[in-house]
Amino acid sequence: MANSLKCDLCSKPATVHLTQIVNNKIHKVDLCEACAQAKGVTDPSGFSLADLLLKASLNPEPTGEARCESCGFTQQDFKKTGRFGCPSCYQHFGGLLEPMLDSMHKGIAHTGKVPRRALERRSLHERLSLLETELDSAVKAERYEDAARFRDEISQVKQAGVRREET
Amino acid sequence: MRKPELKINELLDSHSELTDTATSKSAVVLMTRIRLARNLAGQPFPGWAKEAQKREIRDQCMQAVAALPQMKRGLALQVETLDDLQKQILVERHLISRELCHSKSGSGVVISKDQACVVMVNEEDHLRIQVLRAGFQFKKLWATINAFDSDLEEHMDYAFSPKLGYLSACPTNLGTGIRASAMMHMPALVISGQMEKVVRAVNQLGMAVRGLFGEGSDASGSIFQISNQTTLGESEEGIIKHLQGVLNTIVEQELNAREKLLEADPNKLHDKIGRAYGILQNGYLLNSSEAMNLLSLIRLGIDLGVFGDAHRAVVDRLFIECQPAHVQHAAKGSFEPGQRDILRGRRLRAEFAKVPAPDFNAASR
Repeated sequence: MANSLKCDLCSKPATVHLTQIVNNKIHKVDLCEACAQAKGVTDPSGFSLADLLLKASLNPEPTGEARCESCGFTQQDFKKTGRFGCPSCYQHFGGLLEPMLDSMHKGIAHTGKVPRRALERRSLHERLSLLETELDSAVKAERYEDAARFRDEISQVKQAGVRREET
Repeated sequence: MRKPELKINELLDSHSELTDTATSKSAVVLMTRIRLARNLAGQPFPGWAKEAQKREIRDQCMQAVAALPQMKRGLALQVETLDDLQKQILVERHLISRELCHSKSGSGVVISKDQACVVMVNEEDHLRIQVLRAGFQFKKLWATINAFDSDLEEHMDYAFSPKLGYLSACPTNLGTGIRASAMMHMPALVISGQMEKVVRAVNQLGMAVRGLFGEGSDASGSIFQISNQTTLGESEEGIIKHLQGVLNTIVEQELNAREKLLEADPNKLHDKIGRAYGILQNGYLLNSSEAMNLLSLIRLGIDLGVFGDAHRAVVDRLFIECQPAHVQHAAKGSFEPGQRDILRGRRLRAEFAKVPAPDFNAASR
């Protein structure tokens, strides 16, 4: 079950449950005995739930400031908005992601629909551009037999693409 | 190009899935809805894109969506060309989200002619595809939206990862990007004080409960939206099936609660329904929350056989047409809340003048 009570920090069964109101928002935290001890939860005066929450959900790897190379989005931006900047962020923030997804969803791997036609189209494109590069270099090196073969393959791949579009 | 104002009027005056559902027989489930979150590969998400990029993405998406056969003779609108009242009307019809309403520029919406299929562009994600139907209709909805999504995919490269599925701006929508939800009318659970218990149980099963207009809205009219919360690690069919199972149980609970109310003290329940009828037929000042609660009791009366079945569609339409923007639109102007209450009262008096008095003997059958 998605909401079964596991420790927010280490996923062991939680035995300590806390509710705290911070900035008019209710925060709930479930911890196992060991993590509760380690975080000083038994001593309420020295404990801030908000800090703990942020650390648990957003900062499993305290290794400086991660940044998405594609769009420039930073880990700080994610902390602020709870959203990512672009599809590539999912690659760049991989380490941050898994524990978060695990607590958010049923599983951490997609088992649903796949955009089959788009993926086919993409692989067709990749195949074509590869063949075109091969053709270019064959022509430049005056390997005309190879070039003819690549040209035939290109037209075959193109035809297959057209047939797929029609169906 | 025609002014959006004309187009909105066309939309309001044409038949719609939600406001003209004479065939709706569902006692508890008013409406079901499925949405899919999709994004374009290699493009920043709307919340992070620069203005120019956002407009470019919008144009590309709106063009592709509007060209689909399902959107033939539909409406394509840029949100910034709409005034507040027009946007509010779309929200009240469950066609766009409040978030899209507040977006300043670069977003749009494409609405099918029957208003059963809507695509929001540059809301939280590049594309939010949504289909809705009156009644309990998940199977048909999934078939419809799955086909629509596959058709759209012919023309767009979606951001997709084999491991994580469809990539969304917010990780809570990752994977299938699906949210299936049902609008549930649960007056007996509310009257008998059991709603809190239901909400807690539903939350524990990983489902969300919201008010009529989504996050943070109240549940006037005893109407609640229940939807799946997790989107990754389970197939679309699995998610829908799971939700459907939970909803079936809740429907049963509501019907049981109705029976118990009738058994325990039929006079008390009849009194509530009779008074609601009296106020709707004679009241002069009705705010939207009161109107919703009274209409809710009438709908309960219809389900119990106190009023004729034919009135169910009227009540379902009034649930929407008694909302503030619809009241103002019908009166062709912008009105303060106090004036709206007068207009709403007038409208309801006219509607309920046509509804025959409740027959409480019919309810015991």
